[in-house]
Formats: sequence, C-alpha cells, structure tokens
Amino acid sequence: MASHAHSNAHGDHGHHDHDHHGSHANHGTFGSYMTGFVLSVILTAIPFWLVMGNVIADKQVTAILIMGLGLVQIVVHMIFFLHMDTKSEGGWNMMALLFTVVLVLITLSGSLWVMHNLNAYMMPTQMTPEAAKQLP
Amino acid sequence: MTADSTSLLFGKLTLEAIPYHEPILVATFIGVAIGGLAVLGALTYFRLWGYLWTEWFTSIDHKKIGIMYIVFAIIMLLRGFADALMMRFQQAIAFNGHEGYFPPHHYDQIFTAHGVIMIFFVAMPFVTGLMNFVVPLQIGARDVSFPFLNNFSFWMTVAGGIIVMISLFVGEFAKTGWLAYPPLSDITYSPDVGVDYYIWGLQIAGIGTLLSGVNLIATILKMRAPGMSMMKMPVFTWTAFCTNVLIVAAFPVLTAVLALLTLDRYVGTHFFTNTDGGSAMLYVNLIWIWGHPEVYILVLPVFGIFSEVVSTFSAKRLFGYTSMVYATVVITILSYIVWLHHFFTMGSGASVNSFFGITTMIISIPTGAKMFNWLFTMYHGRIKYEVPMLWTIGFMVTFVIGGMTGVLLAVPPADFVLHNSLFLIAHFHNVIIGGVVFGVFAGINFWFPKAFGFRLNAFWGKMSFWFWFIGFYFAFMPLYVLGLMGVTRRMSQFEDPSLQIWFVIAAFGAFLILLGIGSFIIQIAYSIWKRDELRDETGDPWNGRTLEWSTSSPPPAYNFAFTPVVHEVDQWWFMKQNGYKRPLSGFIPIHMPKNTGTGAIIGGLSVVFGFAMVWHIWWLAIASFVAIVAVTIVHTFNYNRDFYIPAEEVNAVEARRTQMLPAE
Repeated sequence: MASHAHSNAHGDHGHHDHDHHGSHANHGTFGSYMTGFVLSVILTAIPFWLVMGNVIADKQVTAILIMGLGLVQIVVHMIFFLHMDTKSEGGWNMMALLFTVVLVLITLSGSLWVMHNLNAYMMPTQMTPEAAKQLP
Repeated sequence: MTADSTSLLFGKLTLEAIPYHEPILVATFIGVAIGGLAVLGALTYFRLWGYLWTEWFTSIDHKKIGIMYIVFAIIMLLRGFADALMMRFQQAIAFNGHEGYFPPHHYDQIFTAHGVIMIFFVAMPFVTGLMNFVVPLQIGARDVSFPFLNNFSFWMTVAGGIIVMISLFVGEFAKTGWLAYPPLSDITYSPDVGVDYYIWGLQIAGIGTLLSGVNLIATILKMRAPGMSMMKMPVFTWTAFCTNVLIVAAFPVLTAVLALLTLDRYVGTHFFTNTDGGSAMLYVNLIWIWGHPEVYILVLPVFGIFSEVVSTFSAKRLFGYTSMVYATVVITILSYIVWLHHFFTMGSGASVNSFFGITTMIISIPTGAKMFNWLFTMYHGRIKYEVPMLWTIGFMVTFVIGGMTGVLLAVPPADFVLHNSLFLIAHFHNVIIGGVVFGVFAGINFWFPKAFGFRLNAFWGKMSFWFWFIGFYFAFMPLYVLGLMGVTRRMSQFEDPSLQIWFVIAAFGAFLILLGIGSFIIQIAYSIWKRDELRDETGDPWNGRTLEWSTSSPPPAYNFAFTPVVHEVDQWWFMKQNGYKRPLSGFIPIHMPKNTGTGAIIGGLSVVFGFAMVWHIWWLAIASFVAIVAVTIVHTFNYNRDFYIPAEEVNAVEARRTQMLPAE
C-alpha cells in the first residue's frame, strides 16, 4: 500500500503546473459572440423604443416589460459572453448560479415582503397624525 | 491663508480635530506613542525592516499571510479589549449621580469602536488567517489560487484597521453603535467625521475580505490534491468553503448598503433619511441581510477547528463526517432566511415575525447535530486534555448555553421584552466568545507548532483558558440577569443603585479575561523563549489526522515536494496506518510565485484615500485614487512573477527534514 501511494505521488508531480493548460473551458466562437451581440442590441433597443415611442399607455406595464427584457438579457450575457452552461467547470458554474439566484430571490422577495408589511402596519393611509393622537 | 484656501488644502481637517483637550485620549496617545516609538526603534536597531519587508510584508506565501492576519488580529484584540475593559469599569462606577470617567459622547464612540473592531478586525482576521494558513496545507496544495491577491487582501484589511485606529487621535469615531443605523448615522444627526471613518474603514477592509473569499473558494474548488473528492475534504476545509461562499454572497450587500449611506452623507441623496421618501428601516433590513450571514461566517470555520481538534485528541475519526458536512451546508443556506430576527420589534406583523422566528429556531437543529457529533466522537475515545481540547470542551459547555438563550430570543414575544437589553448583549457575547474566540484559541494552540516548529507552553495555555473561561461567566452571566430585569444596552450611567453589584461582578469578570489575555501573551513570549525545549521535529506533534501534519514544521515554502494522492478523509492517519515512507529522491524544480510589494503599496495608498475622503480633502483623494489605479496598471505589466525552486534546493530541504525525523 505504501509503495502504491509512493509511486502515485511520483506519478503526479508537477500536477499543478499543468492543470491550467489542460482545462477544456469553452471560449466561444466569432459566431456565438455575434449572436450574443445582436441579441443584446435587440433586447436593449426594444426598451428604448417602448419608452421613447410611448408604445404602451400603461406606465406600469412598460416598466414590467423592461424588467423582463433585462432578465432575458442577463441570460443572453451568461450564455454567449460568460460561456456558462450546465457542464462548465464540472458543473460548479451552474451550482454557483443556482445558489446566487436563490439568494437574490430570497433577498428581494424577503425585503419586499418585510418592507411591505412594515408599510402596511406602520403607515395607515387613512390616518392623519391628528387622528392617531385621538386613538385610545 | 484665508479660510477658503485652508479648506481647499485640508478639507474639514483643522487643529481642533486633534483631541488634545481630552485628558484620557492624550494619556492614551502618549502611551501609544511611547510604545510605538519603542517598537519602531527596536525594529530599526535590530535592522529588521529589510527582513520584515522582504520576508513578510511582500510575501505571497499563504502561510506567512495567514500568520500576519493572526498577528494583526491579536494587536486589534488588545485595542478592542481595552475598550471593553473601559466600558465595564465605567458601568461599574457610574451610579448614584456619579458620571463615571467618560462623558457620554466619548462612551458612545467606545462601544461603537469595540463592536466594529471586535467583529471586523479581530474575529474576521483571526478566522481568515487560520483558513489561509491551514486550508492549502489540508488539501495538499502549494499555495492559494491567486497568491498575489491574497497578499493584497491582507493589506486592504490592515488598511481598514488603520483608518479606524486613526480616528482615535484625529477627529473621532462613530457614536452610532456598530451597525451605524440611520437616521442617527445620517449627516443631519451625525455631522462630524465619526461615521465617515466607519464607512471608509469598513469599505476598504471589505474589499480585502471579499477578494480573500473569492480566492479561497477557487483554491478549495480547483487545487485539491488528486483523489480528494468533495466528500473526502477535511471538515475544516469544508467549513472554510461554506464560510467563503457566505462571504462572497453576503459582503456585496454590506458594500452596497454602506455605499448608499455614503451617498446620503456626501451628495445629499435620500435613501435612508427621515425626509424626502427615505426609509431608515430599509437600511436596517439590508444591513442584516449581510449581518446574519456574517455571524455564521465567523462561527462556521470555528466549528471546523473544533471538529479537527476533537477527532485528533480523541484519536478517533470524526463521528458522522457526512452529517457534519450536510449540517454545515444547511446552516449556510438557512443563515440567509433568518435576518429579520434582529429587528422583530421594528414593526412587522405577526406573519413576518413568526416566519423568521421559526426559521431561526430551525437553525439550532443542524447546530445541535454538530454538538452531538463532537460528543459521540469523544465517546469511547482516548481523550488527551491538551490545551486545544480544553478550549473545545469549554466551547461545548458555553456555546450550548448561548444557543439556548438564542432560541429563547427567537421567540418574537420574548424578543419584545428582551430586545436591546443586556440579555441580548450577554447572548451574543456568549456565542461569539464561547464559540469564535474559544475556537480561535483552540486553533492557535493546535496549529502553532505547525507554523513555527515548536509547541506553545501548556501551563500558560491552561492559565489563559481558565481565566478566559471563568472570566467569561463572571462577565456575562450578570448581564443575563440585568437584561431580564430590563436594563438596556449602551448606557453610560445608571439611576438604580441596586443594579450596581451586578455591574461590579461583570467588571470583575472582565478583569479575569484581562488576565486570560495576559496569560496568552505570556504563553507566546515564554514559548518563544523556551522554544528549544518545546521543539517539535516530527512535524506531527499531536498525532494528527489530516495532510497538514505530513509536512515538516514549519512547512517548506512549497508545502509538499510531491503532491499527495488522497484516499481517505483522514488521509495522513491512513498513510501512517499503512506504513507511509517519505520519498527521499527524485525531486524536481518547483514552480512558485514571486514576492511583490504591490499589495502593501496599494494598502498604504488606500489608507491615504480613506483619510482624504473622511476629511473631504478632495485633491488628496483624487491623487491617491489615481495613484492606486496607476500602481495597479503598472503591476499588470510586471511579467517577472514566478520562479523555480531548483531541485537541488528541494533536495537539501528534504534531506534536512530526513535528518530531523527519527530513523524508522
């Protein structure tokens, strides 16, 4: 057993010097960069057009649409510029992304929930300061 | 010179900012100046500057950086503890109309500085230092993934610490408490520079913390020895991994919140102001989204230390390795969904409060699982009561009490009674001292022989432990009592004389802890003096289980002449059981990174930048910022970054080790 470990140790020397040459990271092609670029331009142009051209009357719908297009653009960047897929870096990239998404969701939804709750309990819209003083 | 040109040159900085009219600060300054001059003089006299610069300050060896982190943390511990001692004595005497010896505005700065320093510049560097030193050795790597970044991170942390320390003698520190809640920390209510010192100190140190988190994650994911799958990583490395994930996920929130506060203070935005649509409650919400993971950032690696110590000194493999790993991961995730328990009383409704109360109680389940794993590891083990093991047992007793008061505080109605009281203070000191501090001392005693080649003296180690352990109970059990009686935190004087006895007992506890810290310093000094008697030549003084004990003590610069191949969680134990023989020949040149002074230079420039921003000295801020960018760019053109340790040198180092080891 000892000699086994020993010979293995010899066999693996210089391991660290070589591993960064041997990685099979996807660096993209000209075509994939162009696809990403064009998609990004389109996804940026649409919000501009929505706002500048007053396309939709309801401001809130416009805002939600712009947020949605922003989200799509994030995905485009991740796929075409950051070369993320389910297999890169042995799946760790995907794992890190999922973890990040979960945390961002927790942070955003939690904060919205908490702040909305505070607002509902502490800022009664029907009450003026004078009315509040009259409370028992 | 006119007033205008003076402010152009010096910003808000005037001679009045130097607190020469405060006798306590003048005395402190004289003490610090004399001590500082003595140290500087000694360094110059013994011609140590060159040695320190070339061997330590510019070093990108993870072991030396780890040691420097810990030295920095010990120095800051003395400052933070001095604050604690002063507060305890103030509160012990400030009764019956006696105002104590601190005016309230000074007392407020002290409790703020105590909290900030203890968390950011004591606990964080202790933990980061231990991770830096141990993790690459445990995973069989030669250094971290980005060695220069590591040195840079260290100097940014130190730069933040220096900025906080400058506030002692130039201007003042924040008077807001350690999280600087607005609206108190807004420019309206804190027009002076204290909060600015706080902001810039934390922002600059935060860069270092974040980058070191990135670095260690990359190291653990990419540089493990062949054969070491995730489920064969030592537990300390696992906890370090989860901690760094937490750092990378949580610290940007702190950075963003402080940046928004900075905008409020510097350019008049209204994120957290009382007026114009600002919401101070949003600040509280956001900063605790960072703040709660932060406490797990501190305590998770310490759980790892205890795991290593327990299994080593019980001479058994850790009970329930897999459950330990899963408990760590579960805590990592749960730590993100409990932040509201820090502000149950802010005004949320029952649905929100009960959700966060329940998630908080759930966290005690994986933590309890860990506690049982340690107990079962000790069960039927051959326990050796060395100093690290004493700290561990002290932790297990103390932390369980702190955990139980934590679960009590997690009940929202109970929290309405105890919020902001000394009960809370007692609780979090109970878990931070009983957990983090005890763990750090266990870790220092455990890995010191690995770092320096000789053990720490056991007698003074035991003195330190018992003074700390008993001192802790004297200092904080009275605070539980006072908290239950409704005494609030952060008071500089009291009305009710019947409370005084409890504060006197607490002050006595702080005095015992002082003796504990003194014993620790003596322990180090005495051990250096007697180092030849305490020498460990085997590299494995405790009959260790993981790979760091397979190298010499101190390890050579390259850590491992050959990268080990891993078959087991307790790989070194496995190798010893199977009659491992060190390779004695066939060494090849080892590729290593070169030292660089860039980290220290950028750190120094960051201090200047922070100081300039605090005092609104815009020209200096611009100049130092440009200099930082310039140094960074110049550094990218430095292609002379690596070298090979020749095979002959590796051969000589390994031959020296062969001579030291007993013949088999």
